[in-house]
Amino acid sequence: MTNTIDSVETEQPVKKPLRITEILLMVMAVVIGSGAYMLSGLGMDQTLDAQYWIQLGVMFALAIAFHIVLRLRAPFADQYIMPLALTLNGLGLAMIHRLDLVPPGTNLANNQLLWTALSIIISMAIVWFIIDYRHMRRFTYVWLLASAILLILPFLPFIGVEIYGARIWVNLGIGSFQPGEVAKLTLAIFFASYLSANRDLILLAGRKLGPLAFPRVQDLGPLVVAWLVAMGVLVFQRDLGSAVLFFGLFMAMIYLATSRLSWIILGLVAVGAGGVIAVNLFPHVEARIDGWLNAFDMDMIYAEHGSHQVVQGLFGLASGGLFGSGLGEGRPDLVFAANSDMIIASFGEELGLVGLAAILLIFFILVTRIMRIGLSARDAFGKLLAAGLGCAMAIQMFVVVGGVLRVIPLTGLTTPFMAAGGSSLLANWMIIGLVLLISHTANRPMLAGPMVNASGAGGGAAVPGQPLEAGER
Amino acid sequence: MSELAITALRFGLLALLWIFVFSVITSQGRSLQIARPARLTRKKKDETASSVSTDTPPPPTRALATQLAITEGPLAGRTIQLGGQPLLIGRAQDAGLVLEDDYASGRHARLFPQGSRWFLEDLGSTNGTFVQGNQLTRTMAIDPGVPVRIGKTVMELKA
Repeated sequence: MTNTIDSVETEQPVKKPLRITEILLMVMAVVIGSGAYMLSGLGMDQTLDAQYWIQLGVMFALAIAFHIVLRLRAPFADQYIMPLALTLNGLGLAMIHRLDLVPPGTNLANNQLLWTALSIIISMAIVWFIIDYRHMRRFTYVWLLASAILLILPFLPFIGVEIYGARIWVNLGIGSFQPGEVAKLTLAIFFASYLSANRDLILLAGRKLGPLAFPRVQDLGPLVVAWLVAMGVLVFQRDLGSAVLFFGLFMAMIYLATSRLSWIILGLVAVGAGGVIAVNLFPHVEARIDGWLNAFDMDMIYAEHGSHQVVQGLFGLASGGLFGSGLGEGRPDLVFAANSDMIIASFGEELGLVGLAAILLIFFILVTRIMRIGLSARDAFGKLLAAGLGCAMAIQMFVVVGGVLRVIPLTGLTTPFMAAGGSSLLANWMIIGLVLLISHTANRPMLAGPMVNASGAGGGAAVPGQPLEAGER
Repeated sequence: MSELAITALRFGLLALLWIFVFSVITSQGRSLQIARPARLTRKKKDETASSVSTDTPPPPTRALATQLAITEGPLAGRTIQLGGQPLLIGRAQDAGLVLEDDYASGRHARLFPQGSRWFLEDLGSTNGTFVQGNQLTRTMAIDPGVPVRIGKTVMELKA
């Protein structure tokens, strides 16, 4: 590859961006994250001992390492994504640490810091070792199989664990892991690779019913199987949040690939039917809906699976007011799962509306950046994958924040980058790694026009669609 | 630490959060555009700029070509009627134009209409798609009479 391009590139060397924006934002991200971490310690009357400085050092080292990896391997990648994710990660760590300090005391923050390091290192490895993300589309059905295995894992004897009525964890001996989080990523890769290969087929072959065009059954087959696998396992796992997320991802990606409104209508009909069946068939779903509609009912608040959690969270948000009580000054610990499912309520209470709005804006910008990468990607697979992952993050945030604010029933989904729990962190940082790769491929300069085969005639064909570049790879 | 200092730090954190948000929003202003001039190296950009001024693309008043004629290869002499819909070209049996050619990939290229012109997109084929002898590196508008080669087959659009 390298020698093919030398003759052209030496005339006009491609300037590699210095990624200054990323450095500046990254420093701010670390200062915000670790500042909040220290502030929550101070608010809880701790002295700033070695632990706080170690946290700062680890976060800073991870950020620098990621920056160097990007500079070496993906210099044209988006410069905002890493600092945005790092800020959210740092704030999450701070809140988990703050809730650790409530007597009797836990030590989740150190665990979370360990998972942060591991996740960022794996994300760096993705950027470093995956030479071309487009190769992933060749293994379409491997990704489907991987998703199915990941979703079935919690049902296996010995390693599957049931926590709070949802069987979505596996015990790895060193800690529990939620494989469904990673399945989100593998399913998105499957949908992207299947739809990018079969888009035309799905679009063109099919029957028209009035203004709506419906696809042929055989074209839909693999997608329906994927959907059934996700849904079936989730019904049995009793994880409503993930079911909504997977279905939303599925709908978003089909719409992105075909831009057919009829799909959305089909999907909404399916979801409506599924919802009615679920409410009538599964008591826990009915209880959720009931607890959502009549949340402030006294009986409902004190019922066993009642609305205590969400109401407590709402009171927390209200007591936070505009500027919040300050880290360490409120009582977010009164809410059940204050450091995972309800971490948004904890932030609302201690940072106030002003702080929570900033956090939501950071999520919003992160999603727009990922969508932007989808727009600039040149290949259909990259486009679909980036946009699909962006949609998944947006849907997940809607389900989480909507649940906390009682816009929709509360479901147990994790807040990306913030909630305590390693699997969610790992999956989201893996997404960041992939998205950065896609954006590097999309943004790097590409020669347009006739290509010269410098290895001589018949010296091996250049791979079409693969941009040539100098230096790396 | 004194109560006052902690309160100041609290508001400092909120301010820093918003400074972060605003610095991201203001600095990304330029990079949010979709058309990126950085896509072409400068040399190529000059070339395209000059070629645009000399031979402008045919006026959009021309109607969309309706036929694809095969001029060389095993299927030479055939013509394919084009509807207004994309055509998949390749060895795969579900392709719109099935090529019995070992040099063609399963899903080799895609021909699709946009406005009054047909565009050709290589779908990541192994041996490439050639327009007037040049390998296709990106989606390109194809005018009637321009030879397109895939493997042993050469075809061109007819109005």
